Amino acid sequence: MSEIGVAGAPAERATDRPSVASVGRRRGRDPWRRPRALEFVTWGYILWSLLPVGIAVLMSFSGGRSISTWQGFSFRWWWKDSQSLFHDAALHHALFQSLLLSVVTVAIAVPLGVMFAIGLDRYRGRGSGTANFLMLFSFVLPEIIVGIAMFLVITYLLKFVLLGTTAQILGLVTYQISYPVIIVRARLLSIGREYEEAAMDLGASPNQSVRRVLLPMLWPAIFVSAALVFADTIDDFVTVRYLSGAASSEPLSVKIYNAARGSPTPAVNAAASFLLFSSLIVIALGTLLYRRATRGQRSAMSEFAAQM
Amino acid sequence: MSVDVQPWQQVPDGPTPKRDVKREERESSRGAWYPRWYWPSFAAPATIWLLVLFVLPFYVVVSVAFGTVDPIFQSPLPVYEPWYWSYYNARRVLGRIIGSHAYLEPVFARTFVYVIFAGLICLVLGYAVAYYVARYGGKRKTLLLVLLLSPFWVSYLMRMFAWVNLLQTDGYVNKVLSFLHLGSGHVNWLSGKPITVILGLVYGYIPYMILPLYAFLDRIDQRLIEAGRDLGASPAQTFRRVTLPLSRPAILAGCIIVALPMFGDYYTNNLLSGSPHTTMIGNLLDDSIESTGQGPQAAVLVLVLMVILMIPMIYYLRSTARSVGER
Repeated sequence: MSEIGVAGAPAERATDRPSVASVGRRRGRDPWRRPRALEFVTWGYILWSLLPVGIAVLMSFSGGRSISTWQGFSFRWWWKDSQSLFHDAALHHALFQSLLLSVVTVAIAVPLGVMFAIGLDRYRGRGSGTANFLMLFSFVLPEIIVGIAMFLVITYLLKFVLLGTTAQILGLVTYQISYPVIIVRARLLSIGREYEEAAMDLGASPNQSVRRVLLPMLWPAIFVSAALVFADTIDDFVTVRYLSGAASSEPLSVKIYNAARGSPTPAVNAAASFLLFSSLIVIALGTLLYRRATRGQRSAMSEFAAQM
Repeated sequence: MSVDVQPWQQVPDGPTPKRDVKREERESSRGAWYPRWYWPSFAAPATIWLLVLFVLPFYVVVSVAFGTVDPIFQSPLPVYEPWYWSYYNARRVLGRIIGSHAYLEPVFARTFVYVIFAGLICLVLGYAVAYYVARYGGKRKTLLLVLLLSPFWVSYLMRMFAWVNLLQTDGYVNKVLSFLHLGSGHVNWLSGKPITVILGLVYGYIPYMILPLYAFLDRIDQRLIEAGRDLGASPAQTFRRVTLPLSRPAILAGCIIVALPMFGDYYTNNLLSGSPHTTMIGNLLDDSIESTGQGPQAAVLVLVLMVILMIPMIYYLRSTARSVGER
């Protein structure tokens, strides 16, 4: 392409700039101005993307039954009313089901995913390509397809697994396993093999080199992926709804989905806000641990953005 | 002082008098010293998990789609042997999608129209935002990035439910519109309006468009843009002839990332409309799996949807694999 132009650009710019600006002035506009329209669109978009959620959280503190009109500040739908989040037995039960599913899914999916990422990054032999493809495929498929496939396999083939908590966990792990894989692999690529090889040169066994050299360097990525899996699982309602079997194993997200289609009260807002706060806390915790583990090498945000 | 063999002088397999040079070279190129089974054993548990709970389920989907139905209970009877497969269900469901009795055809056409409109809005708005943050973010870049990422921390359900709050007939959207003297202020937005569903899809999936676009635009070599300007192009020309052609792969990736989940989306529609006039493919799937006797239809529809999405999915997987390989 225009390699000459690229190479000459920085040097020419200093002398060119005033002349371009004067040409611009002759046309009546400054070519170096900030694009006001784009700025307006961007801030407008940000407002549009966040304001509704803020209003929905505020609404959970409304005193009336309406979810559309503010009727004075109150904790009625959090714990004062008999149908509030912490008093309604079904909601209360669903809340614990949500936490249970998320914790167990993180505990299974993250170790499996981290090991898979390490294995696949270091081994490039027969079968690794297929395994990698399978993993990525589970990542891009629409969730409803995974959910229906899981529902059918558990109802017709693996009948010894009953619909309910176990089935939900199997489905969630299958759908979530790719997050830790993708995040940890990105980190592994930037680490390279030199550290383990150095450790082995110094007499470490293969297991020692993984446990004492590789793993400490992977902790940041593991924290981030655990936080992501937790936040994503606690909000999940597609896979979980098909696999719940009975109302007693429906987590909060499914209750919210069902209630939102009926005639919701602000208790639904309170439940949704509760999920929001709990995933925010976990993500903040994950970011904090990440920061501590990397000691400011790269900001967590840029790492996350690079991996999406 | 005795001369001990230091750890780094040890040969892991014990002292070998005759060096097998070929073998050493082969092993060092593979990542030396690790037993052959060592790294594959790390990948094994997740691979087995995926085979049992990801590949096998799809075989069951195929078996249900090409299976039969219990004549009394109307429940699907999956057929696992390919040589006994019956194509009756598949033909029946396909006949509902294409042909003279295709009452499901409008649903498929509608899904494509909604996804294309929503995808285009995502692209135009998302590109503008990503471009602004990448090029003019300046000192505020980190703040802007946090704000752009924050929808990811809020569940999709919460984000849709927020609009259920706002779009009620006595909700704040109507109040603001009537305050601005736009419309009557009594519009029932949640009663099956295509515009509500399309904007709902845009609202739900646009963050997934902005992020890859931003990541790409942020990496564009600034000197290319400066060169364009120095060679006499106007800002608009530079954008049209330098930035836009460069960002074509990111645009394609972003469009695929938002289109794939939109094709499987039923909840946006159910929450914001619930009317049969806005039914999408995802709703068909959800309704069939929820109602008895429709199991085979659900399975056939899953296969149809996978066929529709196969090309974009494979394109995306290949480009992802390539970019990982390059790094």
